[in-house]
Amino acid sequence: MDVSTNELRLIAEIQDGLPLEPQPYAAVGRRLGIGELEVIEAIRRLIERGIIRRFGVVLSHRDLGYRANAMAVWDVPDGAVREIGGRMAALSFVTLCYRRPRRLPDWPYNLFCMIHGRDRTTVKQLVDDAARAARAERYPRAILFSSRRFKQRGARYAPSPTASGEAER
Amino acid sequence: MPVDELSDLEMDLLDGFQREFPLQPRPYAALAERLGCDEATVLRCLAEFVDRGLVSRVGPVFAPHRAGASTLAAMAVPSGRVDEVAALVSSFDEVNHNYERQHRLNLWFVVAAPGAARVRAVLDEIAARTGLEVLDLPLQEAFHIDLGFPLKWT
Repeated sequence: MDVSTNELRLIAEIQDGLPLEPQPYAAVGRRLGIGELEVIEAIRRLIERGIIRRFGVVLSHRDLGYRANAMAVWDVPDGAVREIGGRMAALSFVTLCYRRPRRLPDWPYNLFCMIHGRDRTTVKQLVDDAARAARAERYPRAILFSSRRFKQRGARYAPSPTASGEAER
Repeated sequence: MPVDELSDLEMDLLDGFQREFPLQPRPYAALAERLGCDEATVLRCLAEFVDRGLVSRVGPVFAPHRAGASTLAAMAVPSGRVDEVAALVSSFDEVNHNYERQHRLNLWFVVAAPGAARVRAVLDEIAARTGLEVLDLPLQEAFHIDLGFPLKWT
């Protein structure tokens, strides 16, 4: 954890999005009791330090017609996961690529990719392409398609001043 | 709505500003200038995108584990209890993504909180209240640099 208390207050104000008004940083500043330029500088520092990894328009894939959202997982040898993961992450249609722990016997897979496509046939083809491009064809894999989305929003690391417990936005 | 039903202006607005959003006093006016329209149009389009669910927000995507703690969790929920368990999981403010997936492990969700202890407490509480096991699958290494989603090339 490497953010200050003031930064956490700022994160709480912006984590659900900037206000859609002409001077959004000034509006955030008014709620925090600081100036517009201080808000801008604080956000710039969070980006520079890599705490915010991307700042901009955050799309919702499913509602854009990319309805087949699949988690593709592989069981690859621990010694090869970095090399294979690095090759998969370089593919434009792989939107996330992470190493996570196995939980045997329930869950044998240690490499996770998110792949979005318009339909399942396309996504299956993309997973085949990813396996081939990353030279991971010989390792066990599974594709977990989503059937229902119950909740999706940005991560809320700081308690939100406007949060009402169960509200979803 | 499918991407191919959007106008060129809407497509450019969706696709072109997924990162490096202007850090200047009037960012939406800066977008408008680059798109060749006016600030009011940009604000109206973005508000519509949010209303229609195409855009979740204009703002930050945080790097995992830098501003707090998070994990991916999975559960094998009996088919008759999916709605009930999913509703309980979604009711936690710390849960941001919650999906049903087609697998024996059929409920997948992300828990994020200011610290690891709170993440663990949420997982424990869900396990206790449902009587079901919750698998904790924290990120160990990220291979991907999130640059957004290239709408125009997929």
